[in-house]
Amino acid sequence: MIQINHITKTYNKGIVRALSDISLNVERGELFGLIGPDGAGKTSLFRILTTLLLPDSGTATVAGFDCVKDYKKIRESVGYMPGKFSLYQDLTVEENLSFFATIFGTTIKENYELIKDIYIQIEPFKNRRTGQLSGGMKQKLALCCALIHKPEVLFLDEPTTGVDAVSRKEFWEMLKRLKDQGITIMVSTPYMDEASLCDRIALIQSGTILSIDTPEGITKAYGEILFGIKSSKMYQLLQDLRNSPGIASSYAFGEYLHITFKSNTNKISEELMTHLQSLGHTNLDLKEIEPTIEDCFIKLMTNTSSLQTKPI
Amino acid sequence: MKQLLSFVIKEFHHVFRDRKTLLMLFGLPIAQIILFGFALTNEIKNAKIIVVDYAKDAASRQIIDKIEASKYFDVENSLSSHEEIEAAFKEGKIKMAIVFPLNFYEDLSRTNKAQLQVIADASDINTATTLTNYISSIVMDYQNSLTRGIKPPFQIQTEVRMLYNPQLKGEHTFIPGMMAMIMLLICVMMTAISIVREKELGTMEILLVSPFKPIMVIASKFVPYLLISLVNITSILLLSTYFLKLPVQGSIFLLYAVSLVFIITSLFLGLLISIKSESQQTAMFISLMATMLPTLLLSGFMFPIENMPLPLRVISNIVPSKWFYIIVKSIMIKGSGFQTIWKETLILFGMAVALLLISLRNFKIRLA
Repeated sequence: MIQINHITKTYNKGIVRALSDISLNVERGELFGLIGPDGAGKTSLFRILTTLLLPDSGTATVAGFDCVKDYKKIRESVGYMPGKFSLYQDLTVEENLSFFATIFGTTIKENYELIKDIYIQIEPFKNRRTGQLSGGMKQKLALCCALIHKPEVLFLDEPTTGVDAVSRKEFWEMLKRLKDQGITIMVSTPYMDEASLCDRIALIQSGTILSIDTPEGITKAYGEILFGIKSSKMYQLLQDLRNSPGIASSYAFGEYLHITFKSNTNKISEELMTHLQSLGHTNLDLKEIEPTIEDCFIKLMTNTSSLQTKPI
Repeated sequence: MKQLLSFVIKEFHHVFRDRKTLLMLFGLPIAQIILFGFALTNEIKNAKIIVVDYAKDAASRQIIDKIEASKYFDVENSLSSHEEIEAAFKEGKIKMAIVFPLNFYEDLSRTNKAQLQVIADASDINTATTLTNYISSIVMDYQNSLTRGIKPPFQIQTEVRMLYNPQLKGEHTFIPGMMAMIMLLICVMMTAISIVREKELGTMEILLVSPFKPIMVIASKFVPYLLISLVNITSILLLSTYFLKLPVQGSIFLLYAVSLVFIITSLFLGLLISIKSESQQTAMFISLMATMLPTLLLSGFMFPIENMPLPLRVISNIVPSKWFYIIVKSIMIKGSGFQTIWKETLILFGMAVALLLISLRNFKIRLA
């Protein structure tokens, strides 16, 4: 449904490289996640696919149409929700929705079925000015507006940024339902925990794709045994671990530090525990854990950055 | 068509829900007209003057009566000595002093020659000149009444007729000038800001990724501001007719038709500014610079263009308000028909076409 071949995009006459040699495919009916931190190039890629920007090189097609040549066709068949909230704040909820419905040559009535589940939640506020809605409500309305013309492909650029945890969860449930109705969805997010809700994901960092796979595939490919460790003095622990010769990587992750060893032998964890106790750590807890998407991301990121000379 | 209509309705919502915009759109023209039309005329009424009358005879008395009777002067008080004049000027209350020397009437009747001193406060040069002119004509008038019946040997009588504006009313130049300035300012600034706002808010991004043609976005911005401008023209004309007593001499229909051309030119100028600027502040600043200053300086409404150096005279030709000012003056005050203003109208029309072509060339169908 979406095909991206070797897309490169630079800004300021080539000084700032936003995307370098991106290639990926999204299948029809897939919920595809583009996962990466701020400034990774997610928005640039979305804008190229929605025909708002021209790539420097490479080609891309959406729903079979070329992003450069057939831009008019694409604009008719996709739904786009930009990262920044972009509806008219001085219009009411209903006015915004009916305005965008008309612009796309349809009516609220005609496609009400599609947005019903979402719209029903904001309908009690339909006469309220959009500027006075909460963050979650705004995103729901923006999604309704992007969906009102029943697009084949839906592009959602960071739809859950700045939205509370409950609304985020609801939002992803809605995306699942839309997917079940056959709409191809490409969504970007900086939240790694949302990655597992996608069918497939691409990890993106500094304009390069680190990996494309299913969430399970990505965690399976971690390839090392990951440990979580905590003690009563966490900051001290991180310093000590970084100075320990047998540790390959160590970083804070929630209440634990995640570490990997350079070589995995049976004795190595015991040796580490004795070493740390001798340094005065108490309440030590070390356990083997399943790597998450974020662990994979950090590992992939360190690998690529050690290849590049450019610091992150 | 339905899309366009819905877009136009949306624009009206924006205008009517924002009190500040609303006030600026409809309040500004009215306030400006009232300000310029009433307070800031170059006509002087009720200037305070003092009279020092050493003569105290029939002639001086009659002249003072004439001065008191005119609506231009208010004789504050009659001082007895010359010295007090300077003190009165320093206080700043009076604009002019008139001194009649002793034996004024005797000099006049015996030697046929009398002197009258007029002292004016020239720190305000325009007022001083105007007031001395008024006094001279009053004295002249008195002199004529004395010589009535006696034929002087030689006499050239200059008969001056101030055509179209016999009372030399200030409103006659201000109304057309203000009309040009207000219409240009509002049309340019409003269109520029309202298009840039869509960019700034990010709504342009959504509008671009829709089947709605970008050029239609522009078109739908035009309709509301065109209508608003016509309302403004009407309110200015009503004010000038009933409030400032300056009715339109020529055809109202012609005035509206030409105004429409001017409004369209201004809207296209606003469009061009909006294409070139990224933020509402920039758009507002450029609009002000492109409308207020040239209209004030180069339209001929404040300063006569004929007296300017050649480069400025050349530049003044690209100021749309100059042409509109000429047109409005002709229609409103002289009552001229289309045959006298077709050239100016054609120039405005040409400007509109040029601005539209440049805008279309620079119009972006993408973000960058």
